Amino acid sequence: MSTFLEVKNLHVSFPTEDGAVLASNDVSYSVALGETLAIVGESGSGKSVANLAVMGLHNPQRTKISGSAILHLPEGPIDVLSAPNETVRRLRGKAMSMIFQDPMSALHPFYTIGDQIAEAWALYNEGSKADGIKRAVEMLDLVGIPDASKRVHEYPHQFSGGMRQRVMIAMALVNNPSLLIADEPTTALDVTVQSQILRLLADLQKEFNMAVILITHDLGVVAEVADRVSVMYSGRVVESAPIDEIFYNTTHPYTRGLLNSIPRVDNNGIGTRLKAIPGQPPSLISVPKGCAFEARCEFASHVSGGLCHAVNPDLVEKAPSHFGRCHLTGQQVIEIANQNNGVK
Amino acid sequence: MAENILELQNLKKHFPTTSGGLFNRQKGVVKAVDGVSLSIGVGETVGLVGESGCGKTTAGRTVMKLYEPTEGKILFQGEDITNYSRHQMMPFRSQMQMIFQDPFASLNPRHTVGTIVGASYDIHGIKPAGGVENAVRDLLERVGLNPEHINRFPHEFSGGQRQRIGIARAIALKPKLIVADEPVSALDVSIQAQVVNLLDDLQQEFGLSYLFVAHDLSVVQHISDRVVVMYLGKVMESAPTQSLFSSPRHPYTKALLSAVPIPDPKIERARERILLQGDLPSPVNPPAGCVFNTRCWKAQDTCRTVVPEPVQIAPNHILACHYPEPAK
Repeated sequence: MSTFLEVKNLHVSFPTEDGAVLASNDVSYSVALGETLAIVGESGSGKSVANLAVMGLHNPQRTKISGSAILHLPEGPIDVLSAPNETVRRLRGKAMSMIFQDPMSALHPFYTIGDQIAEAWALYNEGSKADGIKRAVEMLDLVGIPDASKRVHEYPHQFSGGMRQRVMIAMALVNNPSLLIADEPTTALDVTVQSQILRLLADLQKEFNMAVILITHDLGVVAEVADRVSVMYSGRVVESAPIDEIFYNTTHPYTRGLLNSIPRVDNNGIGTRLKAIPGQPPSLISVPKGCAFEARCEFASHVSGGLCHAVNPDLVEKAPSHFGRCHLTGQQVIEIANQNNGVK
Repeated sequence: MAENILELQNLKKHFPTTSGGLFNRQKGVVKAVDGVSLSIGVGETVGLVGESGCGKTTAGRTVMKLYEPTEGKILFQGEDITNYSRHQMMPFRSQMQMIFQDPFASLNPRHTVGTIVGASYDIHGIKPAGGVENAVRDLLERVGLNPEHINRFPHEFSGGQRQRIGIARAIALKPKLIVADEPVSALDVSIQAQVVNLLDDLQQEFGLSYLFVAHDLSVVQHISDRVVVMYLGKVMESAPTQSLFSSPRHPYTKALLSAVPIPDPKIERARERILLQGDLPSPVNPPAGCVFNTRCWKAQDTCRTVVPEPVQIAPNHILACHYPEPAK
C-alpha cells in the first residue's frame, strides 16, 4: 500500500479575544490507498479541525496554520497547506473529498439532489447537463438508492436521514477521489441505518481503492471498520497504532480510560459500575505545560518527580508501528493496570 | 416487586395532522404511541428503546402528562391520573420528575443555578429545613458540583456539568419516579460514564424508579432492570434485561442488537450482522398487519394482514410476533 496523505506537525490555532485556541497541536498522521484510518477523540480534541485544514476549509483570515500535509498524487507530491488556494480548489472533490456529520445542513434545500451531484461532476468533466444527471443516477444506484432515475429529481427534504447520507456519499465520490474524509458520518443516524452506511463505505472503498479517514468518537464503529487508529486528546495525537494494538495492547492511559468507560452490549455488565474518567479536558486556550491528560490520569502518580506535570511527553514508538505519548512505557502501563485491577 | 410505581395500560397518543389550508381540516393522524403497556416497580429501572421516530420520547412525555393521552390509562402508585387536570396533577408533579436530553436547551440561560434548582421548592411551597439556599448547595454537592458555584449561570458549565444541574433539579423534591429522556446521549463517552454512575448512585440512595428513554442499547443494557423495545409506536418486545440481550425473541430486537457495534475488533470481524433494509416507515401511514413487516426478513403473508397481539411467553417477557426467534 502506498501512502497517499502525509500530515506532519500540523498546528491549527484560532486567535480569540481571550487568547489563541490551539485546536490542533503538532499533529501528524498518514493514510495509504485502500486503508482506513480512524481518528478518535472527544469533542474539542481537534480531530475535525485537523482534517478541515487538510481540505483547506478554514478561513485563512481567522486561522493560523503551520506544518505540512502532503498528497502523493500520480503527477507528484503536493503540500496542500502551502499550495496556492486555486491549486487546492482543483484538488477538492477530485483528489480528496469530504462527507459531514449532518447530511441535512450539508445539502442545499433549494436544488434537486440530481442538480447538486451533477454540479460536482461538471467541475471536472466536459458534458451537458443531461450527462451530469445521467452520472448522478449512476452514483445514486451505486450508493443503493432505489428508483434512482426518479429520485434524482427530488429535493433533500424528501429523503430520510440515512438516504441523505447516501446522497452525500454519492456526491463526494462522483469524481472518484483517492482520499475520502468522513467526519462522523453515522453519528446522526440510527444504529440499523449506521450499519448500512458503514457497510456501503467499506464496499465503495474496496471498489475504488480509496484512502479513507474516518473521524469518530465511537470506538464500536472504529472496531468495525478501521485498519489503523489515531487517538487524539486536547489537540494532540496521544496514541497511534494498528487496530488490534490499540484495542489489545493499549499503552496510553487515556485510550485505556476510554475503552473502560463504555458499556458494551455483549457483556453482562448489569449491576456493575462504569469506570468513568474523572474530570474534564483542559481548556485549549491555556494548554498545560506538561501532559494534557495528567490531571485526569490514574497512572500519573506512578511517574516520579512530577514529570507528567512539568514535561509534555513526546510521541515515541512504544512497539513496532505503535506510537504513544506517555512518560511510562507500554509495559509499565499494562503492569500498573493489572495491579490496580488485582487490588480491587 | 411489591408495588408498581407506574403502570401504563394500552396508552395511546395520536397527533392530528392538518391540511394547513383555509379550514385547516384534519388530514390524518400520526400514531406516535399506539397501545403501550408497561409497569415500573419501586426502585426499578425500565429502559425504553427504539430508533428515532418510534414514539419513545412521546411515551415518556405522555407519562409526565406533558401531552394529554388519547386513550388508555396511566396509573401512578395505583391512582388513575390519566384525566387529571393541571391543578389535580400538582401534588403528583413533585413525585415524578424529568431529565432532558439537551443540557443546553433545558436550563434557562438567564437564571443562576441556584434559581433553577431551587425553583421547585417555590412552586410547590415547600420550605426545606435550613432554607432553600442550603438545600440547593447540598443538592449541588450531591450531584458532584461545587456548591460555591450556586450563583453561576448555565453557560459557565460544560455539557456534563449542565446535565448534573438538570439532575439536581429533578431530585430536589425527592421524587419517586424520574423519566430520563436520552440523559447521556449529548455527552462525550468519558463524561457519559460519570453521569450514568451518578444516576446509579442516586437510585441506590433515594430508592428512585427510572423510566430511561434512550436509543443507545449499550447504555440501556447497563442501567436497566427491564427493557421495552418500541417500533412505530408499538411495543415489540419487553423482557428482563438479561434475557432480552442474551436471547432476543423478536426479529426487530435481534436486528437492533446486531447493529450495535462492539468495541472489540476480533469480535467485530467474526460477527454476523443482520442488515435491515430501508428506513422506518412513516408513522402517518404505518404498514398493515405487523408494523415491522416491511423490513423483517421473516415476514410471511400473515404478518402483512394480521396484527400480532402481545403475549406473555415467560415471566415478565412479552412478545408481539407471529414468527419469533427460537429461545436460546
